[in-house]
Amino acid sequence: MKPFESPDYFNMDELLSDEEKMIRSAVREWVGENVMPVIEKAYLDAVFPRDLIPQMGELGLFGPNLPEKYGCAGTNNVAYGIMMQELERADSGVRSFASVQGSLVMYPIYAYGTEKQRQHWLPKLASGEKIGCFGLTEPDHGSDPGGMKTTAVKDGNSYILNGAKMWITNGTLADVAVVWAKLDGTVRGFLVEKGTPGFSAPEMHNKHSLRASVTSELILQDCRIPAENLLPESGGLKSPLGCLTQARYGIAWGVMGAAMACYDEALNYAKTRIQFDKPIASFQLVQQKLVYMVTEITKMQLLSLQLGRLKDQKKFKFTHVSMAKRNNVFQALEIARLARDILGANGITAEYQSMRHMCNLETVKTYEGTHDIHTLIIGADITGIPAYS
Amino acid sequence: MNIAVCIKQTPDTAIRVKVADDGKSIVQDGIQWVINPYDEFAVEEALQLTEKHGGEVTIVSLGPAGIEKTIREALAMGAHKAIRIDADHIPDDPSVTAKALVEVLKNGNYDLIFLGRQAVDDDHHQMASLVSQALGLPCVTVVVKLEIDGGKGTALREVEGGYEKVAFALPAVIGANRHLNTPRYRSLKGIMQAKKKTIEVLPATLAAPKLVVEKLTPPPAKKEGKIFKNGAADAAEVARLLRDEAKVI
Repeated sequence: MKPFESPDYFNMDELLSDEEKMIRSAVREWVGENVMPVIEKAYLDAVFPRDLIPQMGELGLFGPNLPEKYGCAGTNNVAYGIMMQELERADSGVRSFASVQGSLVMYPIYAYGTEKQRQHWLPKLASGEKIGCFGLTEPDHGSDPGGMKTTAVKDGNSYILNGAKMWITNGTLADVAVVWAKLDGTVRGFLVEKGTPGFSAPEMHNKHSLRASVTSELILQDCRIPAENLLPESGGLKSPLGCLTQARYGIAWGVMGAAMACYDEALNYAKTRIQFDKPIASFQLVQQKLVYMVTEITKMQLLSLQLGRLKDQKKFKFTHVSMAKRNNVFQALEIARLARDILGANGITAEYQSMRHMCNLETVKTYEGTHDIHTLIIGADITGIPAYS
Repeated sequence: MNIAVCIKQTPDTAIRVKVADDGKSIVQDGIQWVINPYDEFAVEEALQLTEKHGGEVTIVSLGPAGIEKTIREALAMGAHKAIRIDADHIPDDPSVTAKALVEVLKNGNYDLIFLGRQAVDDDHHQMASLVSQALGLPCVTVVVKLEIDGGKGTALREVEGGYEKVAFALPAVIGANRHLNTPRYRSLKGIMQAKKKTIEVLPATLAAPKLVVEKLTPPPAKKEGKIFKNGAADAAEVARLLRDEAKVI
């Protein structure tokens, strides 16, 4: 089979370094040979393909933009984004796994943890030997995480955690959970290990989206953890939001992969599907859809690349990430819907991938700051008037 | 072990090449360059041997600065260092390349020299033989299994209709075949480390070629297929054509 080629209408490849392109082709090759053949079935069966985890670790797909001394690759942020794009070309669930592990577990341990915590956890998380999850959202507090009910109370040499978290990717699989809880009214981060008495992580079932991904609840009932499991540098809501900025950055890149997969599938289908004795690609209405798709992909590529370069120059702001996440997810979802439309009835079957991407992207539109919340973040930034407080 | 692996940059086999206007070369624009796939088996085997026995793998390749991108691919797999023999082009005549490689290889004190059995672009299938001849070393090509024990090696080589097992003494020249191993994926860490590894550039004086490419022609266009529309009723006719026309049964 011909290897996947991403659309490059504006010669964007000229803006990438040899190394960035080499990373893209390395991840693309692995995805094509190891993820694509299994992902459709995993999605239908609603399981995460766990065999991929050690391979992903070996390839260095967990936290690659963190320093080498912790077992990470030490790539720049553009390369990190490209890797996410390639993973999500297969499935948003696979990209989510890497996003959570890298940006929501390894990053907070790196940014807010002690050197001892870093040394202990980061190499194991980088290799995939250990899996992590991130517990911020609660059943009654999604877009307003500041209202969280989960608490931590100091008791001698321990903290006692109580509360519940919901919509937690990898929760049931995780060896360690980064749990956010209020300690004396301030949000702090805690490391809760699997098997700790009072801690459980039941899997949530019956999802119509992100089926090849484990989503869980985290339940903390008088869960006693050692005091040294506090992430000491965490303090206030800005700490978990700092993690989300990292993860949203990866999403802005990742969804381009889903969009590219849908565009590629729709374009090939339109060129070969014959109706009224000619390929449907010859019809103006179909061309209009394909042009919309490739144009939006091209705009996403430019937006993401500049975002990545700003991040590498340490000039990026969380509002930049909000704009890229908001735009790219919205457009990727539009592209997936249009692709499904072009595929006609065939598009609803598992023979094709567009509808799977479409269903996944409905989640991606909501998680990590909903589309509307990102609108209000940018709105507050440009007007100086927050609409949500 | 001190191992050299000679690699060649070739066009990606998934890409359709076009003959250039001069009729003797291919259009370079838009070509994705890769390590010659047979050379990838060679690199992998060398890496596995040094992982087992210790030592170093040196990549050796002949060509202009542009091939360093491909050399980095081999370094990203885990090779330790590389030598680029500087030349403004990759010669068409294998004997010219072989002479230049030997000039470098003879000074390296290598226990093993690996190459791919052939390059997928010009398919000469000569380099391992030419290099080993010039160095006076045993040459084992089309190798699908290799075992090294001390100063000796045994190899299984593919021959027509079966396999041949041969024994040889080190140093030796090995031509790797498909199935020798499964080349590893380049990891992100490997790619980042490759950037820091040294590619030594050595000058080359290329001999005058004894072989020149006069003309390249694409294969003849594929004839249109035949479509049988009557299902089982056409079976006899299909069988007859497969026998009499296509001569495949």
